[in-house]
Order: sequence, then C-alpha cells, then structure tokens
Amino acid sequence: MSATATKAEATVSRRQRRPRITLGKVFTWAVLVWLFLPIAGMIAFSFNDISGRHNVTWQGFTLKWYGKAFVYPDLNQALFNTLLIGFATMLIAGITGTLLGLAMGRYRFRGQQASNLVMFAAISAPEVVIGASLLSLFIALNLTLGMTTVIIAHVMFSISFVAITVRARVMTMDPSIEEAARDLGADSWTTFRLVTFPMLFPAIMAGGLLAFALSVDDFIITSFVSGDLTTFPLWIWGSTRVGIPPQVNVMGTLIFVVGVLLAITNIILARRRS
Amino acid sequence: MATTTEKTPAAPGVVATESNQAVPAISLEKVSKTYRSGQVTTTAVESIDLEIRQGEFFSLLGPSGCGKTTTMRMIAGFEEPTSGVVRLSGKDVTGVPPNRRDVNMVFQSYALFPHMTVAENVAFGLKRKKVPAAEIRTRVAEMLELVELGDRAKYKPRQLSGGQQQRVALARALVNRPSALLLDEPLGALDLKLRQAMQLELKRIQREVGITFVYVTHDQSEALTMSDRIAVMNKGRIEQLGTPAQIYETPATRFVAGFIGTSNILTGTAQRVSDTLVRIDYGGDQHVLANTPQQMSDSGLVITVRPEKIRLGKDVPDANVSRIRGTVREVVYLGATTHYTVRTVDDTDIVVFQQNSSDASNLADHGDTVWLSWRPEHSYVLPG
Repeated sequence: MSATATKAEATVSRRQRRPRITLGKVFTWAVLVWLFLPIAGMIAFSFNDISGRHNVTWQGFTLKWYGKAFVYPDLNQALFNTLLIGFATMLIAGITGTLLGLAMGRYRFRGQQASNLVMFAAISAPEVVIGASLLSLFIALNLTLGMTTVIIAHVMFSISFVAITVRARVMTMDPSIEEAARDLGADSWTTFRLVTFPMLFPAIMAGGLLAFALSVDDFIITSFVSGDLTTFPLWIWGSTRVGIPPQVNVMGTLIFVVGVLLAITNIILARRRS
Repeated sequence: MATTTEKTPAAPGVVATESNQAVPAISLEKVSKTYRSGQVTTTAVESIDLEIRQGEFFSLLGPSGCGKTTTMRMIAGFEEPTSGVVRLSGKDVTGVPPNRRDVNMVFQSYALFPHMTVAENVAFGLKRKKVPAAEIRTRVAEMLELVELGDRAKYKPRQLSGGQQQRVALARALVNRPSALLLDEPLGALDLKLRQAMQLELKRIQREVGITFVYVTHDQSEALTMSDRIAVMNKGRIEQLGTPAQIYETPATRFVAGFIGTSNILTGTAQRVSDTLVRIDYGGDQHVLANTPQQMSDSGLVITVRPEKIRLGKDVPDANVSRIRGTVREVVYLGATTHYTVRTVDDTDIVVFQQNSSDASNLADHGDTVWLSWRPEHSYVLPG
C-alpha cells in the first residue's frame, strides 16, 4: 500500500519537474519576441561593419560607429533638439498635468465632464488631425514655426497622459491623510509639499517619463509644426531616401539604454520608498 | 431634554478643580450644519448645545448618519457650522482653520503618512510648531514609550499591524499635548479581541495624560465601557446626555432605550393604584407596575424594562410585582447567561437574560409557559 503511494508520488514529481510547453508559454514568448525583435535588430545593426550607405544586411561586428557616433553635425543638432524638446515637454506637461490630475481626482467642479472629454479627445484624436489643426492654428496666430511651436504641440498631447496617471493615484489616496497633516498644524502649502507631493511622486514621475517618451519619438505632429527645425525622428525620415547611417542605430540604442536605466531607477526608488 | 446644565457627579479619575469647572474644554452653542446640493438641503446637525468638560472622556454615540462625525469635524475645523458658535477653552474658533486649532484628531483610517517613519509621523506636529530638535526627539521617544512602540521608531507604517498603526496615530496626535483629542471611530477597523484590549489601553492613556477625549462611535458597548459622559445622537440632534449609567438606566427617549442595550417596550393605559404606583392591566392576573411618573398623560404610558431585570419562573409571582405570562419562543445559551425570547398573550416578544447560576429554578425550554416578573422600580416610564 505504502509502496504504491511512494511510486505514485515519484511519478507525479517527475512529471512536474519536466518543463511543459503550454499555450500560455508559447503566447508569452511570441509577444515578447514581437515586442523586442525590432529593438534587438536596431541594437544589432548599430554594431554592423558596413562600408557603403546601406545598413540592411549583416556584414560583421564592429564598435567603430560608437567611436564615430557624433560625426554628422546636423544629426547631432537634431538629437539635441529632440532631447531639449523632450525635457521641456516633460517639465511643462509634468507640472500642468499633475495639477490637472489633482483637480480632476480630488474635486467636483463645473465643467469637470467637459475637461474629461477634452482630455480623452486629446489622446484619441488621430495625430494627423491634431498636427494639421495645430498648424493652421499657429499660422492663424502668426507664430513662427520652430522649437516653441513643437514644444507647445508636444505639451498639448502629453498633458492628458500625465493627468490620467496622477488622477488614478489621487483617487486611491485616503483624503484623511491630508486632513491629518492640516490637523497637525501644516498649512495647505506645507501639506502639499510634505505629504501630497511625496505621495504623488511615483505617479508624477511615471507620467513625466511617459510624456518624455511620447515627445522623443513623435513624428507626425512634429512634421506639421516644426518649420525649419529638424528633430531626431525627422532627420531619420529624411535620410531614408539616401540610406540610414549606423549612427542612427547607435543613438537609438543609447536612447533606449538611458530609458531602460531610468525605468529601472524608478522601480528601485519606488521599492525603497515602500 | 438634552440640556447641558444638568448636574452629574464627577466621574472617577477626573480631577474637578475650580478653573476647569468654569471653562469647558469644548462648547457648542446652537450649532447647525446643513448641506445643499442643487434643490435638496440636508440637515446633518440641528441646533446642538454641548459642553465638554476639561479632562473628561466624552463620547458622541449614534447610528451612522446621525451627525456625530460632522459634529466632531466641526470641532476639528474641517467643517464650518452653517450657524452657531464653536468654542475651545472658551475662545470662539468659528472660521479658524484646523491647523490653527489646539485640538488633534485620530482618524478612523489612521491616516498615517506612508512615506515617513513612525518617528517622523509622530514628530510631524512638533516640527510644524518649531519645537527645538532635541525636545522633539525626547518627546517623540516618550510618546512612543507610552504607546509601547519604542522599538518601532524606524519602521514605516505599512510594516506595522493594524493595532500598532492605531497606536502610532494616537501618539502622533497626543505628542502635541492638545487641549482635546478627537477620536473618530478609531477602533472600527480592528478585530473584536484587539478592540477590547485597545478600549482599556485608551482609557489608561487618557488617565495618564489627563487630556480631554472626544470619542465618536456607533458601538454602544464601547461608549459605555470608556466614557465619563455620553451624548446619544439621532438625526442630527442630541437625544440624551449623561453618564453611562444614567443613559442605560433612565433613557430619555424611546430611541435611546432601543439603541443602548436591549430594551423591552410595553405600552398601555395606566391606572393609579397609590400615590407612588401606577398599574397597567393586561387581564388574567397579568399587570405591569411602575412608579408614578412626574407627568402622566391620559393617552397611555410607554414603559421599558431591561432584559436582565426580569425574572423568569414557572410559579405565579406575587401581586406586588409586574407579572406577565408567555410562551418561550427561543432559548440562546451563552455560557454565563441564557437569553430567552418570550411571547406574551398579546403577541409581544419580551427578551429576558438569566444568569446561569447553580440555582436551576429559572430554567425553561422552548414551548414552556412561563411567568415573567420584575419589581416596579425596574419599569422605567419613558417621558413624553
């Protein structure tokens, strides 16, 4: 009796030890490959030892493009513009989006439904439509197209993302925590500085990084409102006709690595806070 | 009915000096609070008069929606009264924001700052008052000792159990030495065992620090256990204000009688049998005797009698006590006591608590016909 039981247990444990291929696992890996193969390709081709203009077939491994990453002054300028616009967008959309999210999550006010609608419209409207209408608006206002108009456009479409992230956090926050701060002698500014802001910070950071990412890779809207200004995506688009140099892959890889590092830092900080 | 001028004996543990008798820690004068949303006006609190003495443990007791939390929030400054005056130590604080009122609050959800350590939480109020750093350190340490969390100073709130978080919230408020501490159902989130332990703990801490405690609860046993005085609230008004014994033994209204403990309510037309005694006859040797009330209306009397005052037996009781016959409908054995539900001949259910003493004469089974009896002084005639 007991011998049979032991045998049965052994069979079960052997079966559990053997990795089983399930539909769930196949699907998970398929999605991961789907998501990361293009990125892996971009990174791989930043190490491609090509001699001509066309970086489409694998020729061998080299690090030389990393040494010559910044040899095209106009590409450098484009990257610089993109990063500057990205940081400006992150800052402006971060602040205004936070305030918007706070108001929408905390208070009931006249026009709240309308604000909600506008916020979602900004997310769901086709970029071509937004780009075209912003262009006509800027022309009507007689604004010179360039850095300023691009930043205005990027802030416009990223505010909603920050606001929605912050609002979600505000709505799950116990309002009596802020009341406790008031009760313990903090005025409303001190309460915001010492209690509300630190509690919202992970959401603000997440929203800000999202705004940065959206800004850095925006092409459609930017192409409408940039005028003579060239950004990184616009430069790449322009160079496709003559062949994209491996420097683009190098910069793309660098941006990707920085982004991953930022995300990891955010996760570690969030973990340490909790 | 709920006048605050009635004299009640000072509760044990409260030192009644000349000065603190003169100025109440908190007083509300004709305080009302109404909310308006569109066309609908809701009255949360209706013209409350209340005086809470220095150093007493005072409870606001009532069902949810009775206005007790709104009343407390008006004392704390989170709500402004629609009309009336709130005074703290005699000073009119109407319109003063919560951060400039000398009272502190313990929230039902504890409301600890999740990104700060226990010590930082407790130090928060003192830092706002610009107390020197060295003094903050000693006072925080002392307070954490008082709530028995001295070894948890460096922890984050979420690393603590519910009971410990509760004590941090208490320490964070008490360390400021407020003129009154407001507690909004602070034990509501704890399980029964812990809640009972914390009730005694709160009472001990209150005795040690001697600060006025205002305690909001819907739990009548909690209020009876801890309070020096209780205000029973219903529908935005104070139904009765008094010591736990006064409220339990002599409820002012039918609501209070029903809300505090279990009450049996009997009605009928009374006849005067002597200068001091009235009787309601139910026929068949059954009657209820009560002491003559001060005002007697012709329409009838409403009498309450507590379940533990009633004796249950098989023999016909004497005629000089209340006696009612009925059939046992339900028997619930609870160890120390047994709870009976007895249905009378006119289909009224009467609840009776009997001690399970060695004397087995008060035992009955389901379906038995029994006599219930109690002394005239235990028939409490509800006013009005």
